[in-house]
Amino acid sequence: MVIYGVYIVSKSGGLIFNHDHNVPKVETERTFTYPLDIQLNYENKKIVVAFGQKDGIKVGHVLTSVNKNPVNGRELDDGRDVLDMLSNAENFPILLKFSRSKMTTNEKIFLASMFYPLFAIASQLSPEPKCSGIEVLEADTFRLYCYQTLTGVKFMVVAEPTQAGMDILLKRVYELYADYALKNPFYSLEMPIRCELFETHLQTLLETVEKSGISNV
Amino acid sequence: MSRTGARLDAKKVNSELFTLTYGALVTQLLKDYENVEDVNKQLERMGYNMGIRLIEDFLARTGSGRCYDFRDTAEKIQSGFKIFLGITPTITNWSPAGDAFSLCFETNPLTEFVELPDHCLNLKYCNILTGVLRGACEMVQMEVASWFLQDQLKNDSVTEIRVKFVKRLEDAIPAGED
Repeated sequence: MVIYGVYIVSKSGGLIFNHDHNVPKVETERTFTYPLDIQLNYENKKIVVAFGQKDGIKVGHVLTSVNKNPVNGRELDDGRDVLDMLSNAENFPILLKFSRSKMTTNEKIFLASMFYPLFAIASQLSPEPKCSGIEVLEADTFRLYCYQTLTGVKFMVVAEPTQAGMDILLKRVYELYADYALKNPFYSLEMPIRCELFETHLQTLLETVEKSGISNV
Repeated sequence: MSRTGARLDAKKVNSELFTLTYGALVTQLLKDYENVEDVNKQLERMGYNMGIRLIEDFLARTGSGRCYDFRDTAEKIQSGFKIFLGITPTITNWSPAGDAFSLCFETNPLTEFVELPDHCLNLKYCNILTGVLRGACEMVQMEVASWFLQDQLKNDSVTEIRVKFVKRLEDAIPAGED
């Protein structure tokens, strides 16, 4: 049973909180000889595996380090271009580390604001009036649960498809939000939530739910 | 309301301390503003800021649904007073159109030890409550107006707050409910 993350979207549609809870890290490191038998592409400021998946390195994984030096964009810290290095036989054998690409905060903000109109469309598709909008969004690898409060704030949880009781969890997260964000006089409404108390309580809540199920919270 | 060991038991906080704190707040406002009308306005504004936060706590805890009738709203407001102030006002004096009602308080923890001096007879000592109502209702997309009709501090037999429905804030209603 795994909960991947929690997101809160304000009533105007901006992401005000996100928490990566339990995203398993997938990393593979291997020594390669010339010529490189994996095709790499540079897209969205990342070097991504385009073809040739093997040994746990999958299409879509991102190159994170070369000979233990971290990769930023397409360059190493000392300014050498990684793709140039990899086309030069002198640099081999070479140690490359790949990992599953992680969402950046900007991408999360972008996706959260995409979800907002999607939710509105869903509620308009309903033949009956007063439709709740998207409550569950299901895919083969995850389920997204969404709860919109009467004030228009959306709470979302992304979890494994088998994880049960997420609708109850969302209401508990709402209570935590009412307590530790809104009752904090220094938190301003609609702004990103940077409240340590809220985070620690959320963390404990998620851990309890994962370990002993929803009935214990 | 106590949920974790480290939290204060909300029921055990001394209510007199609360009364005193509110009293200190009002008197300080009186000193700072001199004009009683300004103090009334400030209290209302403070209440508003509390209301827009408090409503989420109310909704999260009670899990109540949306009101489609002002009578539902009246009951929810009544239970809100029960939850946050520990008093249950009576709902009376419905207007014939059903868009206004009165909340009558026999007791009020805010005014337990208060006697209004002569120079501030226009002071609406509990005006923070009208602000809370306005803020809370606004967050659930309903505009209300409320004001004091009677006040025990001014030798009336009860304290009476009149609450009037103004309009639904259609623009602010979240997707799926419009």
